[in-house]
Amino acid sequence: MKKFTTTLAAGLLGATFLTSAAFSATVQAGDTLAVDQTFTYRILDEFSSVDPQIVEDVDGADVVRDLFEGLMNQDADGNLIPGVATGFTTNDEKNVYIFTLRKDAKWSNGEPVTANDFVYAWRRLVDPATASPYSWFGELMSIEGAGPILAGEAAIDTLGLTAVDDYTLEVRLTASLPYFPLMTTHSSTFPAPQAVIEEFGDQWTKPENIVSNGAYVLTEHIPSERSVRERNPMYWNNDETIIEKVVTLVINDDNTALTRYLAGELDRTEIPSGQYPRLAEEYPEQALSFPKLCSYYYSFNLSENGPESFKDVRVRQALSYALDRSIITDKVLQGGQFQAYTFTPGATAGFEVPSVPYAEMTQEERDAAAVQLLNDAGYGADNPLSFNMLYNTSDGHKKIAIAMSQMWKQKLGVEIELANQEWKTFLETRGNQDFELARGAWCGDYNEASTFLDLLTSQSGYNDGKFANEEIDALMQEAKTLTDATANYTRVEEILAEEMPIIPIYHYTAVYMLNDKVKNWPIQNVEQNWYSRDLYIAE
Amino acid sequence: MLKYTFRRVLVAIPTLLILIIISFLLMHAAPGGPFTSERPLPPQVLANIEAKYGLDNPLYVQLWEYMRGIVIEFDFGPSFQRKDRTVNEIMAQGFPITFTYGGLSFVAATLIGGTLGIVAAIRQNTIIDYFAVGVSIGAQVLPNFVMAPLLVWLFTLTLGWLPGGGWNGGAWQNLIMPVIALSTSYMASISRITRSSMLEVLNSNYIRTARAKGLPERTVILRHALKPSLVPLISYLGVAFVGMITGSVVIDIYFSTGGMGQAFVNSALNRDYSVMMGITILVGALTIVFALLADLLYAWVDPKIRY
Repeated sequence: MKKFTTTLAAGLLGATFLTSAAFSATVQAGDTLAVDQTFTYRILDEFSSVDPQIVEDVDGADVVRDLFEGLMNQDADGNLIPGVATGFTTNDEKNVYIFTLRKDAKWSNGEPVTANDFVYAWRRLVDPATASPYSWFGELMSIEGAGPILAGEAAIDTLGLTAVDDYTLEVRLTASLPYFPLMTTHSSTFPAPQAVIEEFGDQWTKPENIVSNGAYVLTEHIPSERSVRERNPMYWNNDETIIEKVVTLVINDDNTALTRYLAGELDRTEIPSGQYPRLAEEYPEQALSFPKLCSYYYSFNLSENGPESFKDVRVRQALSYALDRSIITDKVLQGGQFQAYTFTPGATAGFEVPSVPYAEMTQEERDAAAVQLLNDAGYGADNPLSFNMLYNTSDGHKKIAIAMSQMWKQKLGVEIELANQEWKTFLETRGNQDFELARGAWCGDYNEASTFLDLLTSQSGYNDGKFANEEIDALMQEAKTLTDATANYTRVEEILAEEMPIIPIYHYTAVYMLNDKVKNWPIQNVEQNWYSRDLYIAE
Repeated sequence: MLKYTFRRVLVAIPTLLILIIISFLLMHAAPGGPFTSERPLPPQVLANIEAKYGLDNPLYVQLWEYMRGIVIEFDFGPSFQRKDRTVNEIMAQGFPITFTYGGLSFVAATLIGGTLGIVAAIRQNTIIDYFAVGVSIGAQVLPNFVMAPLLVWLFTLTLGWLPGGGWNGGAWQNLIMPVIALSTSYMASISRITRSSMLEVLNSNYIRTARAKGLPERTVILRHALKPSLVPLISYLGVAFVGMITGSVVIDIYFSTGGMGQAFVNSALNRDYSVMMGITILVGALTIVFALLADLLYAWVDPKIRY
């Protein structure tokens, strides 16, 4: 028999006790609640779905987190706190987890939420018949059997999870995964109401059919225009929820959205690029900029299709060194973004930005080194380096690409051809290694460095530059089994700074206008996983 | 007349068919597909999804299945992007919206533009004429993507009278700005066309004869000049009407109305094949129908065509 030891999430992330009460909308001293507790915010585009196993975009996931509740939630700082599960235990190998479910969790139709609802949902996630675009998340979670089921080689009931009883869920993993519980805050792991889905099929997510277990239920949905979610009286923590109604409005244009925000029609919207300084001065209480788990970078094509010049590490280093990132963050973007010399953002939980040598140099030193490196590689005035740079069509990316190419031209005499492509065409071109230097951006799927660094392993499907380094592969493989993999991540970043397969440029910030009457917004949560039930509107 | 109509309808069918086939092929020729994403799906997952939507079949089979669905069940298929919506539902939601603000814009543009044009022609080279011409040139040089933000600045930000966007079930407050923004440039064209054709008619021999016979000016204009001067306008209105009721991308995006223009552009960017095809077919069919109606109206107004 396996020996289980109790692990508190606190052990993983450092602060919270699972036995404590769940996070809820706590009214700050001195605040009185507004009569109208409606939170209205803008989304750029219609979300893909509100089906937890189908949704694939951030806006959709925000809605799903309100409508459904998974095993674990996050608090305002991104720490794990109880959701439908009151806690969990694991074994020494950290490859079996047992979650205990609360008995008062209910679906909006009054039925209890049981372990079987999770079994159904997780099987549904990896079932080829569901054709979920996030089914790979099941494999990423290392659940036993997920791979073969996805490939259609095994029956879905071979998935490694069991409802021991109605309130106990056992999950078996193929590898030791200390951060597994973190992954249960991801919307694709939220429970799904089997009876409703079987009755209505694809139509179950419509307001008239949907049954959900979160703090809110979907009451209105006009695609491309608006959706409304209202309080779910069956939610176990309904008494401590304050926001009555949440409205999303689809507004495609950033500037229109800002206008409507300023006209008082919205409580939250994104700030269009370059406008943060002005707005921060005019509305200091409302313009917010805070770190986000995303990186902006350019990839060198190191595959057979890539140019010969990029196979020389000195060329890659020279280009990266000569890039004055402060110009991009402070002059072009102006939204408080962070200059990047490593791939993983410093805001990632448990990740300490290693002091890679080129980050420690001054820009003058870097420029001098860049000239030297490029000369050594055999490029100069008589033999200028030339390549083309590809980005997806957008004003913001264009400004950055122009700034980059100008810096290279002035400092290194490099000849650059800029090209842009519409999004889907760009993805296809980049995915087929039909580029020389191409823009990339990545946002973490969970708050742990591997969500970034796995990208540069040779097996990664997202490694568009086809960079391959055996040491990185080995370090990342090993990291999966370590309780503390910091040393591995540091080493990987050091190798990246040396080999420079990508040019890290900046780490994102979320730049919003947020009505200062909306309280408890989790600005400390770098994944920006927010829950309407934690918010309230002050008078 | 009946024979003429019948023949025109017969020609419309192959036209629509060719439109469908060409759009279908062009759409599939564009790089990327509905499930291309920044996070490329593992091949097995992609295969599962493609199988679900029949995208794993050869192109001619897909086209055949698609056409069969439309003809037999009037089913334009599921949206690849919005899993819980069919194309029929998307069109049923978007079309009434665009039809409402487009139709109103059409009426406004025709009434105001037509009146301006007629008055300007009758009072040629007077202050009224200059005013009417000035207004229509002003409206012409202000495209709707300039007009829309100006209106929002005035009515929403400065005066605070109207909401800055949204549809809200078609409430009048939400309709005013889209209608103004969409109708102005059409209004300008209509007034210019009406004015110049009215002038041409007013200078023709039979009007001179009518005047020489001593008919009152009112009768000359309403009975003799108005109808023939409408001929060039009719062919313009047929096309303009379809253009307006099938949606404007600028209006939809700027005012977030949720209409078809927005759905169409998004479907193209997302490679939502079925939505893109559905809207193409709808717009194509409407264009053919209204071009036909315009031609019939033409024949009715102008006996030269009929006989």
